[in-house]
Amino acid sequence: MTAMEAGIQVATVRRPAASAPGPVEAFGQALTFAYRGLLRVRHDPQRLFDVIVLPIIGTVMFANVFGGAVSGGVSGYLPLLVPGVMVQIAITASVVTGVQLRDDMDRGVFDRFRSLPVARTAPLAGSLLADVSRYVVAVMMTAAVGVVIGYRPGSWIGLFAGCALVVVCAFTISWVFALMGVLMKSASGVQGVSMLILTPLSFMSNALVPTETMPTWMRVIAEVNPVTHMVTAVRALADGGSAAGPVTAALAGATVVLAIFAPLTVRAYVRSD
Amino acid sequence: MTEWAIRAEGLVKTFGTHRALDGVDLTVPAGTVQAVLGPNGAGKTTAVRILSTLMRPTGGSARVFGYDVVDSPTEVRSLIGLTGQYASLDEMLTATENLHIFARLHGQGRRAARTRSAELLERFSLTDAARRPVSTFSGGMRRRLDIAASLLANPPLLFLDEPTTGLDPRTRADMWTTVRELVAEGCTVLLTTQYLEEADQLADRVAVIDRGRVVADDTSAALKRSVGGLTLQLEVLDASRRDEASRLLARVSGHTPTGDGDRLSVRIASGSVTSDAVLALREHGIDIGEMTVAQPSMDDVFFALTGESGTEASGSEREEAAA
Repeated sequence: MTAMEAGIQVATVRRPAASAPGPVEAFGQALTFAYRGLLRVRHDPQRLFDVIVLPIIGTVMFANVFGGAVSGGVSGYLPLLVPGVMVQIAITASVVTGVQLRDDMDRGVFDRFRSLPVARTAPLAGSLLADVSRYVVAVMMTAAVGVVIGYRPGSWIGLFAGCALVVVCAFTISWVFALMGVLMKSASGVQGVSMLILTPLSFMSNALVPTETMPTWMRVIAEVNPVTHMVTAVRALADGGSAAGPVTAALAGATVVLAIFAPLTVRAYVRSD
Repeated sequence: MTEWAIRAEGLVKTFGTHRALDGVDLTVPAGTVQAVLGPNGAGKTTAVRILSTLMRPTGGSARVFGYDVVDSPTEVRSLIGLTGQYASLDEMLTATENLHIFARLHGQGRRAARTRSAELLERFSLTDAARRPVSTFSGGMRRRLDIAASLLANPPLLFLDEPTTGLDPRTRADMWTTVRELVAEGCTVLLTTQYLEEADQLADRVAVIDRGRVVADDTSAALKRSVGGLTLQLEVLDASRRDEASRLLARVSGHTPTGDGDRLSVRIASGSVTSDAVLALREHGIDIGEMTVAQPSMDDVFFALTGESGTEASGSEREEAAA
């Protein structure tokens, strides 16, 4: 071996290895992964198709389908409907997070993520954080469509706070669908199971109609459904009345969902490789 | 004292009942190139995935620059680059965006990440394509970008998993040049390949792997000797003098020639036997047409080492790919 080669060897070996990242580094890495998610949206704006089009169709359609029956007209129904549709659409958008996560994990790029010296959970957390942008678009679109067809909230600031609350809750619920994404083998399987969870979750609630006319068993379910608490909180905020109770309930529900599903998802994700 | 880039002992990996790795020992000194040669399904990719922390071994242990791949994965990951047979890139993002994000994840600052990305794009002649999404790239461009991504943090150890499989000959030659440059810069390289020629061209040592076991680990020269060195193949222009030519070849080479029609082939100990053969034929006035000296193929190596053909996967490629 020549002296030069030996010199290189010493330099190679003395290079310090990075050790496991701390929480601050891990958060920074998650933000970098989130940045990647946003770049993907920029290159493929069709990813926003559902959160742009669903609010238009959902709001206009439900307003005219249920408006007359529930409130005797569209304009009277809108203060009930806009918060309800907003929550429903944001949660539907969070299903897509799980489906896309599965799809993403099956691609080669995740191999490189796994071979990088980053926190195990950073790619997962980054994907979920990036999708917050989708929820923001979903709630803004719903509010805007509502206003266009005649919705006038009691408090604009309250409506804005309600939108923010929905975004936070959609993010926490996305961990449920992310768990499906991590556990299941195919993106279409995730889609199927998630819709099975989503449909009762979003319709057995007060999102579109008052719960009073439901049969007792369903009313019991609807009243504990986190979607109901979210919708009640957003309505209270947007109406400008006292919202402390429902908002606390919604945030408590979101915290419980996060506390249960974030660790489950992270554990399943770390084991998946 | 020799510093080991890789030290693996008794690596075992099972998928259900299939033993993809069945006790693999591998030691690679820093600054050298180790080839892992074997057919599809032999366990090459599984070995690389374990050594690069993507997969946990079922049994045995492995250290990279002294760090255990199971106990200290982050340390190992900071010292390695990995380029697989399929590009590990985000197809939707541009070349620059891919490199920038990977560099940031390696802990480089914004400015350093930008500089390093531009530098590597330049080195791999991708500057013109820097702002195009990877989905528009050709196979060769993808592979180049993939290697560039593996080099962002100047890793002292680089894993190349079948770096030239599926590439056209020119892109393959470029890849070989790249590997030689990296080695000259002091990088340790572990490359897997199905081609003996590639291992011969690039590697200091070649481990031959079959059914999850290392069946030989030596210099490529020694491996080829064990297979029987080179083969001289020639065409006798006057087919009626073939038997006469055959006797002459037997005398200079010490082996019995085989062949049919106007073709003859005979094992030779070294290339210089060729001139003896040509001289002997010429002295007897036997004209020869086409003449080639062939290296033993991977098939020959496999046959010599395992007694069976190396072209068919002896393990299950599907299971390896699924993992």
